Amino acid sequence: MIAILRTTLTREMTLAFRRRADLLNPLFFFVVVVSLFPIGVTLDLAKLALMAPGILWVSALLASLLSLDLMFRNDFDDGTLEQMLLAAVPPQLLVLCKIISHWLVTGLPLTVLSPVLSVMLALPAKAVPVLMLSLLLGTLSLSLIGSVGAALTVGLRKGGLLLTILIMPILVPVLIFGTSTVQAMATDQPWQGYLALLGAFTAGAFALTPWLTVAALNVTVGD
Amino acid sequence: MPELLKAADLFCERDERILFADLSFAVDQGEILHIQGANGAGKTTLLRRLVGLSWVVEGNVTWHAPVADGDALDGNRFWYLAHRPAVTLLQTPLENLAFAMALHNQVLAPEALWQALSTVGLRGYEDVPAHSLSAGQQRRVSLARLYLDLPEVRLWLLDEPFTALDTSAVNQLEQRIVSFAEQGGTVIMTSHHGLHHAAVRPLHIGAPL
Repeated sequence: MIAILRTTLTREMTLAFRRRADLLNPLFFFVVVVSLFPIGVTLDLAKLALMAPGILWVSALLASLLSLDLMFRNDFDDGTLEQMLLAAVPPQLLVLCKIISHWLVTGLPLTVLSPVLSVMLALPAKAVPVLMLSLLLGTLSLSLIGSVGAALTVGLRKGGLLLTILIMPILVPVLIFGTSTVQAMATDQPWQGYLALLGAFTAGAFALTPWLTVAALNVTVGD
Repeated sequence: MPELLKAADLFCERDERILFADLSFAVDQGEILHIQGANGAGKTTLLRRLVGLSWVVEGNVTWHAPVADGDALDGNRFWYLAHRPAVTLLQTPLENLAFAMALHNQVLAPEALWQALSTVGLRGYEDVPAHSLSAGQQRRVSLARLYLDLPEVRLWLLDEPFTALDTSAVNQLEQRIVSFAEQGGTVIMTSHHGLHHAAVRPLHIGAPL
């Protein structure tokens, strides 16, 4: 059981490395969007600092949304996905491996990159650790919830737009809790409650989404 | 030989056309069931229902020991070679074969994998990315698992296994299927290719050919 999970995770990471152009795309998107804000909106640092949590969070969410469509696409096309559903281990675990590897190659780099970009938006330095912590949880939520949408739309040739429409409403709470956490920290208000809500949301998604994703994949593959 | 599979009252309708109805059959251990029918007759759909992937076919499918695990197939007792060969193009034949085995909880020494790839004629291609192989060679990558020595695998479900293969590979695969059945293994396959052996039982679906 452990061996197959390690094999799956290794395979996903190897494949991600061999498709690295696809992975750099969200990171570049993140950098470009965030750097355009000071140019397009205002150069007033006080105003930027006020908007910084929102800008960073929205850009990070949109950036990791970009690569979501690819989560199951290649495995569906070449038939590996149906073999995974027939495997000798619970498919939920294999799906969880795919979700975690998606997060490792999108959410995690975005989080690591965010302190650099927060300087550009004049976010107070004391808020940076909380920003990273909230993005760490938030991008994981996005990978988890996004996997359900990706599983539902993988059978459609052009599922990208539908995928965004499907999961955007569910991601709104993540965005609200995330930006509130950073905003509260930056303005010296209690922020632990918001972060706890974000953590609870992520934990709930972690427990539920693998089952929902496998159910969605069974529908998609079984048609 | 004891019964391995019982399928009763299978019914499939697609796009308001009935592909097959009241289809019942049983398969015994050591048999080769050759599903035949015209293009679009529902051969692949039937096979996907048997393996448990398709929900568009109504009816009962019951697997028996040694391949059953409750109602479903036991994950490390069968190989299913689908229409889509499950060959990841960015991985090498060796990685593909190793992952197929990992999914079915099979463990063998690396030498056995090299041996199987060499048997299907991929010697020298073990470490080449699969996207640089030809269609026939990619097919051979997925066929390589049939040449592994795994006594616990008792059932093969093969969807058009002869597609894109050259004559010698077709002969080799025919012999392999027959010898697997002679050792008590069961094969359920769809193909337009004629297979002649005492253990082969044809099953026609759809309009008569």
